[in-house]
Amino acid sequence: MTVQLDARPPVVPTTGGHRRFSGRLSRLDTRLSPYLYIAPFFVLFAVFGVYPLVYTFWVSLHDWDLLGTDHPFVGAENYTRLLADVDFWHAVVNTLGIFVISTVPQLLAALWLANLLNRGLRARTGWRMAVLVPNVTSTAAVAIVFGVLFGREFGMVNWLLDLVGLDAVQWKSDRVASWVAISAMVDWRWTGYNALILLAAMQAIPRDLYESAAIDGANRVRQFWSITVPLLKPTIIFCVIIATIGGLQLFTEPRLFHSGTNPIRGGPLRESQTVTMYMFENAFAPHYNFGYGSAVAWLLFALIAIVAAVNVLVLRRLGGGPDARKGAAR
Amino acid sequence: MAVFPRRRLAAVALAAATALLVTAGCGGGDEADGDGPVTLTVDVFGQFGYEQLYQEYMAAHPDVKIVERGTGTNLDEYSPKLTQWLAAGRGAGDVVAIEEGLMVEYKANPGNFVNLLDHGAADLKGNFLEWKWNAGLTADGKQLIGLGTDVGGIAICYRKDLFAKAGLPTERDAVSQLWPTWQDYIATGERFVAAKTGASFLDAATNTFNTILLQTAGNTSGYSYYDTSGNLVVDSNPAVRQAWDTTMDIIDSGLSGKYGSWSEEWVSAFKQSKFATIACPAWMTGVIEGNAGPAAKGKWDIAKVPGNGGNWGGSHLAVPKQSKHQAEAIELAKFLTSAKGQIGAFKAKGPLPSSPQALDDVAITGATNAYFSGAPVGAIFGTGAKSLKPVYMGPKNQAVRTEVENAVRTVELGQRNPEQGWTDAVTNAKKAAAK
Repeated sequence: MTVQLDARPPVVPTTGGHRRFSGRLSRLDTRLSPYLYIAPFFVLFAVFGVYPLVYTFWVSLHDWDLLGTDHPFVGAENYTRLLADVDFWHAVVNTLGIFVISTVPQLLAALWLANLLNRGLRARTGWRMAVLVPNVTSTAAVAIVFGVLFGREFGMVNWLLDLVGLDAVQWKSDRVASWVAISAMVDWRWTGYNALILLAAMQAIPRDLYESAAIDGANRVRQFWSITVPLLKPTIIFCVIIATIGGLQLFTEPRLFHSGTNPIRGGPLRESQTVTMYMFENAFAPHYNFGYGSAVAWLLFALIAIVAAVNVLVLRRLGGGPDARKGAAR
Repeated sequence: MAVFPRRRLAAVALAAATALLVTAGCGGGDEADGDGPVTLTVDVFGQFGYEQLYQEYMAAHPDVKIVERGTGTNLDEYSPKLTQWLAAGRGAGDVVAIEEGLMVEYKANPGNFVNLLDHGAADLKGNFLEWKWNAGLTADGKQLIGLGTDVGGIAICYRKDLFAKAGLPTERDAVSQLWPTWQDYIATGERFVAAKTGASFLDAATNTFNTILLQTAGNTSGYSYYDTSGNLVVDSNPAVRQAWDTTMDIIDSGLSGKYGSWSEEWVSAFKQSKFATIACPAWMTGVIEGNAGPAAKGKWDIAKVPGNGGNWGGSHLAVPKQSKHQAEAIELAKFLTSAKGQIGAFKAKGPLPSSPQALDDVAITGATNAYFSGAPVGAIFGTGAKSLKPVYMGPKNQAVRTEVENAVRTVELGQRNPEQGWTDAVTNAKKAAAK
């Protein structure tokens, strides 16, 4: 296994069959090896990424009963039906609602946490590790525990509300309340993760910027908003995109938040049914309509792309003109 | 130079990982194809009570090893998994349980299952109640998909201690006399509620609704959401509306604890003695014992169901075509559904046999259940079993039932009034049936 930095074949001093062969071999090595090294990713991506994507699209053009042997081609019918399906749009609104309620406080909290962790604290590493702990717990376990905490009659949250004299909240059958409960779950899990990423970016900001700002008379708050936040912009965009993809694909938390018959509906009136849950409900129990479920999957894909694009545009606008961007793209 | 070996190591590891992935993708064959012992996987849900029977069967067939999956799982978790296995062509057990509400969907695609008639099952016809046998047959009668396990004769299970607290009779015959009809049941419930015991009269309106519906349908048309030609009749079948109206009375009288059935909360409510009665198909006795736990032993008893008879639930055992050991699997299914097998299951977990021979057996007629204060379960559930009138279940029964019961739930939770709820039930049921 030779590692060559230049692309030229090694100089072959003498002629002769064996030498020529090994020369060709080494040229082949130079040409092909890089592709071989990156091949595992692309092979896996093709098998587990591209193929399912294309196949799902193919399925979505058929009337595909999961158990059936006949799958007649129906063209775009699944899509036209889906676009007129109120339950689908209801699920879209739920998903976006949960996404906004969870992501905005999450990133703000992460920013604040990162800022705290960036100061001279005692046992700094300990604190930094601690904020990541929720992230290493199993989502299923978290969802089940939160599901119990937010129970209607035996839940701890309603018990606490009762202690301070407030009325019990119908966490599972009130639309906004269930969004809040699920967002709490998501935030509990992901705030620390985002805080660490933002912290890493904060530490890359040169200290002299702060020093000169201090000389100019900027206080800590001013420094934070005028130096830290603009320079964190690429990282914030990264966090937002990751949160968008995760938020719009939210499944485990809302699914396990509900228990009993047909939890996939996300409540009796589909209060917290997300798009992925709606996809599952159609593709699997109780409808087993794989074609329709696949159409939901593709529209979800489109939705994520749109929301991610909007996110990036909005964030680019936010942090000021092109100068600020140049500074950020250090 | 220290970089180089590490890089090489990484490359080797990567190559190894890739190779492993490739071989893993191709491998995964079956381990016992030759003359060695055969492992049979049985997929069930809830409580089938087969453990003892497996031991017996394995003792008699030393070359067979039985592994069971799924005891204790919800039907809602189990049935999608089974469907996925069947669709994928692999993953399903060698013997699988199919619940009655889903049987019609599986029968619509009989190619997934072995035709048991090709394997001498026709001789077994007399071992099953006629309608149970027919439920396992495809529409044209040419393929038998499943052999019947149990039927779900219905009673009411109740908490003696809570009844005593409310000043109601506790002895089972006296309790049965409290409610010859559902209206009497509601009246009793109102008395119970007035006594303010801190518990509700019943667990969830949806369970009671399904019981009333299946009973009413069995006694009248013989079908519920679909007529026997497969048309959706949710808004025109008087049985559905009648069950709906009675359920609305139950909700209106404040009898329901609103514990969504099969939810965590429902299980907690059992443990904390939060309701006094529950609609109780024979298989429910095992569920109650599991949920309420040993602490509640002897506090439960069983009385007659209001109205007349009714059947809720019951399953079949089938052998998927993808099984690699079909012959052995068929033998096992025959054993488990035989009169002897059904009696064994009944003794273990309470599912009521669908075999007339088993129902006549003294092991059933004389059976009592210690958990339920020694209630004569054999007599209570078994007596009416042979005259049970089956209810026809249509192609999308499960999806439609989900919609209607969800509408009941929205009324129970106060999200909808009864009329809005009914409109929802009908519209959503039609939508679900069309999917």
